[in-house]
Amino acid sequence: MVSPDQVASMIKTGLPDAEVQVQDLTGGGDHYQVVVVSALFEGRSLVQRHQLVYRALQQEMDSEAIHALTMKTYTPQDWQALPTA
Amino acid sequence: MTQDVQQRIDSLVQQNKIMVFMKGTKLMPQCGFSNNVVQILNVLGVPFETCDVLADPEIRQGIKEYSSWPTIPQVYINGEFVGGSDILIELYQKGELQQMAEVALAS
Repeated sequence: MVSPDQVASMIKTGLPDAEVQVQDLTGGGDHYQVVVVSALFEGRSLVQRHQLVYRALQQEMDSEAIHALTMKTYTPQDWQALPTA
Repeated sequence: MTQDVQQRIDSLVQQNKIMVFMKGTKLMPQCGFSNNVVQILNVLGVPFETCDVLADPEIRQGIKEYSSWPTIPQVYINGEFVGGSDILIELYQKGELQQMAEVALAS
């Protein structure tokens, strides 16, 4: 089990320029939804983007401290182009 | 991962145009994310093969090393790792999954 802040800081360690939003889906600390915005995603496929985030959370994923992780990955341009709700 | 497990995964991935490593089976998915993948492929109406990792712990561990992807389900099209549940959903919403499946089945 990990806290949302821990998840955010671990992603930022792996992707130093990243802006990260973390949502605990169940309140149980092991099902997370994250939104990550980073220039490192430029030119990378969805799978490669997700692998970057998974690598930043390697231990937690292997130990199943995080059981399920859903993610949305954007480059800064994608993010600006999003229609603001 | 042992050589034998690697070979078993290789053959499954190479011999099936669309291959899904999931928890449970097509008819009885045992996990919401695995169910998402099965439903999407059913809606596309494409033939796909599945492997229940719950029934095969060696494959369950080996597949994570094989694709360096830590979660299940995992979808392979034409021998290539495509992604897990949320990537499938995103590709489906963009219409890219339909294209990928058609190209694979036609090849």
